[in-house]
Amino acid sequence: MTGGIPNANGGVPKTPAKSLRPRLLGLGRGLLSSSFSGLWLALVAFPIVIMRFDATARSIDFLWERLPRLVAVCVAGAIAFRFLLRHKAMGAFRERLSLGASSPKGDPRGRLGRLYDGLSGGRARIPLAIALGLLLLCLPFRSNPYSVSIYTTALIYITLGLGLNIVVGVSGLLNLGYVAFYAIGAYTYALLNTHFGLGFWVCLPLGALAATLLGFLLGLPILRVSGDYLAIVTLGFAEIVRLVLDNLKFTNGPRGIPHIAHPGFFGLDLDKSVKPFLVGRGLLHPNTDLDQVLLYFIVLAVVALTVVCVHRLENSRLGRAWLALREDEVACQAMGVSRWRAKLTAFTLGSTWAGLAGVIFASQITFINPKSFSFMLSVIILSIVVLGGMGSIPGVILGAIVLILAPEYLRFFDDYRMLLFGLIMVLMMVFRPEGIIKATRKVREYKRHADGESGEGAPEEGAPEGAPAR
Amino acid sequence: MSGMDASDPVLVAVGVTVEFGGIRALDGLSLEVGRGSITALIGPNGAGKTTFFNCLTGIYRPKSGDLFFLPGDGRTIPLTLLSPDRVTQQGIARTFQNIRLFNNLTVLENVLIACHCRMKAGLLGALLRDSRTMREEREMEEYSFALLDRYGLGGQVNELAKNLPYGEQRRLEIVRALATRPKLLLLDEPAAGLNDRETEDLAGLIRLIRDELELSVLLIEHDMGLVMGVSERIHVMDYGKPIAEGTPEEIQRDPEVIRAYLGEG
Ligand SMILES: Nc1ncnc2c1ncn2[C@@H]1O[C@H](COP(=O)(O)OP(=O)(O)O)[C@@H](O)[C@H]1O
Ligand SMILES: [Mg+2]
Repeated sequence: MTGGIPNANGGVPKTPAKSLRPRLLGLGRGLLSSSFSGLWLALVAFPIVIMRFDATARSIDFLWERLPRLVAVCVAGAIAFRFLLRHKAMGAFRERLSLGASSPKGDPRGRLGRLYDGLSGGRARIPLAIALGLLLLCLPFRSNPYSVSIYTTALIYITLGLGLNIVVGVSGLLNLGYVAFYAIGAYTYALLNTHFGLGFWVCLPLGALAATLLGFLLGLPILRVSGDYLAIVTLGFAEIVRLVLDNLKFTNGPRGIPHIAHPGFFGLDLDKSVKPFLVGRGLLHPNTDLDQVLLYFIVLAVVALTVVCVHRLENSRLGRAWLALREDEVACQAMGVSRWRAKLTAFTLGSTWAGLAGVIFASQITFINPKSFSFMLSVIILSIVVLGGMGSIPGVILGAIVLILAPEYLRFFDDYRMLLFGLIMVLMMVFRPEGIIKATRKVREYKRHADGESGEGAPEEGAPEGAPAR
Repeated sequence: MSGMDASDPVLVAVGVTVEFGGIRALDGLSLEVGRGSITALIGPNGAGKTTFFNCLTGIYRPKSGDLFFLPGDGRTIPLTLLSPDRVTQQGIARTFQNIRLFNNLTVLENVLIACHCRMKAGLLGALLRDSRTMREEREMEEYSFALLDRYGLGGQVNELAKNLPYGEQRRLEIVRALATRPKLLLLDEPAAGLNDRETEDLAGLIRLIRDELELSVLLIEHDMGLVMGVSERIHVMDYGKPIAEGTPEEIQRDPEVIRAYLGEG
């Protein structure tokens, strides 16, 4: 009777009472420590939410009326987070317990994964792909100009996401300066176009080439450092690129470069010749320019090409080397993969796509300045990859759509957009680190050779040739 | 017993010394591994066995001493200056004391990655998928499958490596090493964590590999049953130095060895 709970029966305490007390105590302690975490969070957020710098009066206002809400949100958030963490831990525990009972082959991918499988695999695949293709082809004609530009932006981000996916998702190299290569692509086109009058189609490969070259030159020295250092060096590099663009006369400094040309279409002026015809038949939204539609299709083609390239790479000798690098660097080298070469190819190729996307971006908005290439953009692209699913092509596409389209349509979040963003990222990292759509590996079918049937005792027949090829 | 001829070594180590800060992990280690033999390297924990493997495979660079690999075509390859991937290309493959598989890849992909240095396809091949690349890809897939099937993992080719039971992970690590087509296979405590049956199977596997693939095996192991059962020659080391060498029978009788293992206790 050391428990201290007075027991009416005087006899043996009932088990629930006995186990309830420590549980309640645990709960109380948990609530207390989450509340502390919440207060911490509130303290950190204090300068952002409460203090407001008034630039004209050169003074700082304190918005005290916001304080209670801030504290309440932070504490509630911290408690909810702890609860979710516990929930997750219990889930994992239960799973381990039941592992023996249920079949180990049971689908480990979750409901979303299975749904995705159902949609992408088997019979539904071809009609679904055709329907999706038709939808994507028709989309820009009936949409207003605002929507078309959002679609185009989303496609640009998909390209960026797929490119960075090669570096971060497939090869596991944390590149925080991806935006630098995007900027190089954009400025290559902007400068060549405004100074030398070179067109979009000439500059598209040139911009990609410039970014590739820069990726290669930067990769040569920095890929010798590993892990977190790489993140810091790339981050620094991107800032340097931005500062250089900001300060060079040649790039017009912070004022940027205006009047960049849209892509041409065999020298035709589509909006004069074809547009009235299409609008007359109700085939085109009257406010949408065909220039915009053309750009949409260009990016769509680039995305399609990118998907094919990335998919092929992933299932090739080179791509497997990248995956091995991500999984275990030491083992990767022990398998005869040159670590340095694998890193360099991944880093360089990733930059290529940033360059491509940069050229397209410049031709879309026709005005660029260094502000367009802030660190925040690198973070957004990285989030696309992480949120969508590292190394998963459909995941990255979905991630880009979610992260680019959602904020566009959910303007009312504006002030808290970045905060929300961070919150989602943290939750994802904890509860679904593999991303919305988990990368799946290719399944291969094999038939044993007929003579291998006898199994165990089968002699040399089934044995591979042992002699090295060289 | 083939390859017991001591005058035909596949590996020669001469006075290899490795230091970490003040600690001498290897202290002038010299030994030879006979071609085609199964040789064991034993010694107490911290004796420097894994460090020796790491020197052989280019992970550590010895402070002094030489390591030579003789693949059997007349060449003598100094190993101390090669990077890990070059060592593998020359024909030395290894497993790790703590399993290091590519966990999120399938069993087959684990083995395919090991074929890397025996393949030629480059970036253009990957993107264009020309007939030569595709043929190579198909051949390597078939080779990998045959290897897995032969050595007991044919049923799990599409399983993720991390989902394999522990014993099969050890086995996969060995098969993966074999896919690099080595002349010398280094196994670092392959029986660690296995039960008696699995250890027995492992002994069979090691013998089978040596006989079928005509390679030499150097084995670090604490399980004396396995060591005495499969190896033809045993090197014993302690504090980074060899303290004895001989056949299993000789080693079991050696007073120095008995002292290192049982002494002071
Ligand atoms: N990377 C390292 N840094 C510092 N000390 C190390 C390192 N690797 C091994 N050692 C030391 O070298 C000695 C030999 O280790 P190891 O080769 O792993 O022994 P074994 O494999 O025989 O058990 C140990 O004292 C260990 O602490
Ligand atoms: Mg060891």
